[in-house]
Amino acid sequence: MLGKLTLSAIPYDVPILVGTFIGVAIAGLAVVGLITYYGKWGYLWREWLTSVDHKRIGVMYIVVALVALFRGFADAIMMRSQLALAYAGNPGYLPPHHYDQIFSAHGTIMIFFMAMAFMQGLMNIVVPLQIGARDVAFPFVNTLSFWMTTISFLLVNVSLFIGEFSQCGWLAYPPLSEQQFSPGVGVDYYIWAVQLSGVGTLLTGVNFFATIVKMRAPGMTYMRMPVFTWTIFCTTVLIMVAFPILTVAMGLLGLDRYLGMHFFTNDGGGNQMLYLSVIWGWGHPEVYILVLPAFGAFSEITQTFSRKPLFGYKTMVYATASIMVLSLVVWVHHFFTMGAGPNVNAFFGVMTMVIAVPTGVKIFNWLFTMYKGRIEFHATMYWVIGFMITFSIGGMTGVMLAIPASDFVLHNSLFVIAHFHNVIIGGVYFGYVAAMNFWFPKAFGFKLNEAWGKRAFWCWFIGFYVAFMPLYVLGFEGMTRRMNHYDNPEWHPWLLIAEVGAVLIALGIVCQLTQLYVSIRDRNLAENRDLTGDPWNARTLEWSTSSPPPFYNFAILPEVHELDAFAHDKEAGIDTRQAGGNYQPIHMPKNTACGFLIGAFSFVLGFGAIWYIWWLAAVGLIGVIATVIARSSDNDVDYYVPVSEVVRIEQEHTHNLMAAQAAE
Amino acid sequence: MKKKILPRLTKLMSLSSAALLAGCSWDTLDPKGVIGAQEKSLILTSTYAMLLVVIPVCILTLLFAWQYRQSNTAAEYLPKWSHSNKIEVVIWAVPSLIILFLAVLTYQTCHSLDPYKPLEAEANVKPIHVDVVALDWKWLFIYQDEGIATVNQMAMPVNTPVDFRITSDSVMNSFFIPQLGTMIYAMAGMQTQLHLIANEAGDFQGESSNFSGRGFSDMRFRALAMPADQYSAWVEKVKASSEQLDSASYPKLAAPSEANPVEYFSHVDAGLFDDIVAKYNNGMVMDKSTGKMLHVQQSAMSDMNMKE
Repeated sequence: MLGKLTLSAIPYDVPILVGTFIGVAIAGLAVVGLITYYGKWGYLWREWLTSVDHKRIGVMYIVVALVALFRGFADAIMMRSQLALAYAGNPGYLPPHHYDQIFSAHGTIMIFFMAMAFMQGLMNIVVPLQIGARDVAFPFVNTLSFWMTTISFLLVNVSLFIGEFSQCGWLAYPPLSEQQFSPGVGVDYYIWAVQLSGVGTLLTGVNFFATIVKMRAPGMTYMRMPVFTWTIFCTTVLIMVAFPILTVAMGLLGLDRYLGMHFFTNDGGGNQMLYLSVIWGWGHPEVYILVLPAFGAFSEITQTFSRKPLFGYKTMVYATASIMVLSLVVWVHHFFTMGAGPNVNAFFGVMTMVIAVPTGVKIFNWLFTMYKGRIEFHATMYWVIGFMITFSIGGMTGVMLAIPASDFVLHNSLFVIAHFHNVIIGGVYFGYVAAMNFWFPKAFGFKLNEAWGKRAFWCWFIGFYVAFMPLYVLGFEGMTRRMNHYDNPEWHPWLLIAEVGAVLIALGIVCQLTQLYVSIRDRNLAENRDLTGDPWNARTLEWSTSSPPPFYNFAILPEVHELDAFAHDKEAGIDTRQAGGNYQPIHMPKNTACGFLIGAFSFVLGFGAIWYIWWLAAVGLIGVIATVIARSSDNDVDYYVPVSEVVRIEQEHTHNLMAAQAAE
Repeated sequence: MKKKILPRLTKLMSLSSAALLAGCSWDTLDPKGVIGAQEKSLILTSTYAMLLVVIPVCILTLLFAWQYRQSNTAAEYLPKWSHSNKIEVVIWAVPSLIILFLAVLTYQTCHSLDPYKPLEAEANVKPIHVDVVALDWKWLFIYQDEGIATVNQMAMPVNTPVDFRITSDSVMNSFFIPQLGTMIYAMAGMQTQLHLIANEAGDFQGESSNFSGRGFSDMRFRALAMPADQYSAWVEKVKASSEQLDSASYPKLAAPSEANPVEYFSHVDAGLFDDIVAKYNNGMVMDKSTGKMLHVQQSAMSDMNMKE
């Protein structure tokens, strides 16, 4: 009846997990209690959970990402503390069974649920506004994508308290992840979480590709697209190419585990290196899926706060596109040490380092965007400058690893860990945080507190160097990743320093939370309100509408005459909004619970399959199919916003604009 | 006052960095064999080449950010300027040239440091052959020529090339002696090759550098490089052991164990390594000199452990 699920699957004998559970339960009850107390369930359900509004979905994605950041970082600091302690005979406080789950969960959560969710949140909030569209191409698919990601993250967290998570690293290499060596449910949790969130991401990719191709404002040719949209465009192409590979990898591993097949087993004709090839065929493009949008955000921020257009827009576009193509032909550099021939290794090594050329060009472009500008040191610019320095160093160590003969001694060492945190924190995370600070007023109508933003930057920036530079050294000292304890006295001081860095980063996160709190508290102060919709005097269309934008984004779709359309219109004295113009009824999608329901049933399907509770899995699967059929036969999915409603909303914004002008 | 602080600071920094470097041995940067030495020089060369562009970028970033700050109204401000062919040429050319240099270096070192390439030694020195099997969670070393085997300790004469054949009888591991250079994966059903040499005597750390499960952290061994006479003595010491490794005792050794102590076996069945590879391949093993698949002679070992 309950498959593999028994009472012994509940880790009530692990104090850390019991404490965590109590904490989560109290926090959860508090949230539920507050929502009930203020009677906000109906509001939450109607305005958020069932919303198809891309801005709302974007905000929810980022909320999920911040929760994932919190979880992933808790894992990180536990690992650092274990390694600061577990030295010279001291076993530390995390036995391998627990520690191995933690590093596997850390990687899985940070990539799939922190970075991916953050990135999809940003593209949701920004892209339709930036191309002058009223929504995405497939609004229902958008809410479905969000829920698939969210329930997958929930599945990973359920594994904390029911059963266990994978102990095979964030990519679950076989044969270790096969039934023979990992008979528990941990790898199954991993497979289902990754597989279900992959559905969501793939749909996002298709959705935004279609949106960018088909829904740009009149006059916005490809070479007039803002750079952020360009990077999202390339990212969606990579998602569409790479995520099906991930689906296949997880599917085949699942077949091995569930049906006893032999794709990646030691015997029966299986080949573990096939899995490595497939998983990295997804995995390498994945890092560019993450970093390209960050590049886009840096470009928008640099040009805005340097008060001048981006240097070499065309170069930037070509560099982005060539990175997109090259990222698909470098995956073998993740396993140079498998014993391939020198020509194979040389090919993939050289292709990898060729990516450094367009990436280097991008750095120079940002540099020359600042050159002869009037740089305002807004908090976002701190992240930009911190990024340019940090990412250059990370890029350099990346090229070192791309040289096969260097990789032969650095592979799988802490040098590699230092390198990819160098580019993922210094590139991806800095970029997303900068983007969040930059576009926050657009989404909410008030600015984030700058002082706390700068404090967060300094903690993260210094914390990153203190935490990860020692890992480069440890790599040279031959320390391998994923070790649980060690007795080499030369490693110990470096690991202590790294622990200090982790604490500094924790302070950075505290600063970010404080920043959110202070900003929300002071949201009604005049200097924080964004009445104009254009708080930074920025260049692109999303700033031409109000903050937060009306749910239909633009009452009249803007017309684009130039690159940086809004900057051009402001200079030429054109009213991009065409306020008081010839309003028409606006065609909009209706909210739907189907995305939420398909997500919920998928969760049931996944949970049932993980525990071999087949009747439950069947309920989930039938629920998914039934919801899809119901949704497909529903013709009542859209409506028209009457002109009177549009006029009311637009007049309110005009009134605000005039008040803001009068205040100046 | 200001003038004095700067030289003091630089002096302090150079002292502390010197202390840092002297205080610890960075294994990979302190190689004891020619392969490791070449890899070290490759790492240094490529780093210097890239610093040629990374350092200027970092300096320019800070310089531009400071020079063109909003409050510095004396600096030139060109609110429209966003293109320059001259700059474009330079920013594409500089990284391209560096990468071109590194690409040539990559191609050359891929060949010169190919782990499968036998090493040249001085005349009269014959390479020794060591077969390595990664087990849960220990390393088995088989010296076919001497007919002996050891666990978690290996020895080699100095200045003598060592030809490794590497496989696994469990999950994937990576065979790595940081001070000698190159690592290579150990995979069940497959045999990888590696050629290393120790040019100095020493007792080196050896490890698995690919996560392999619960006992991974203790899956370490010592690699002893010693003069030829001491090496012969070491072989004799192993031969004096009362333990033997055959089809009966192997499954016991292969069973999972953590932090396994060093073990010596005075005798090992001749075909053990091939059997371990072949049992995952329907009894076939690849002959590394010809690349052809050969049938391993049927022995009691070929179905060992297969019940799993």
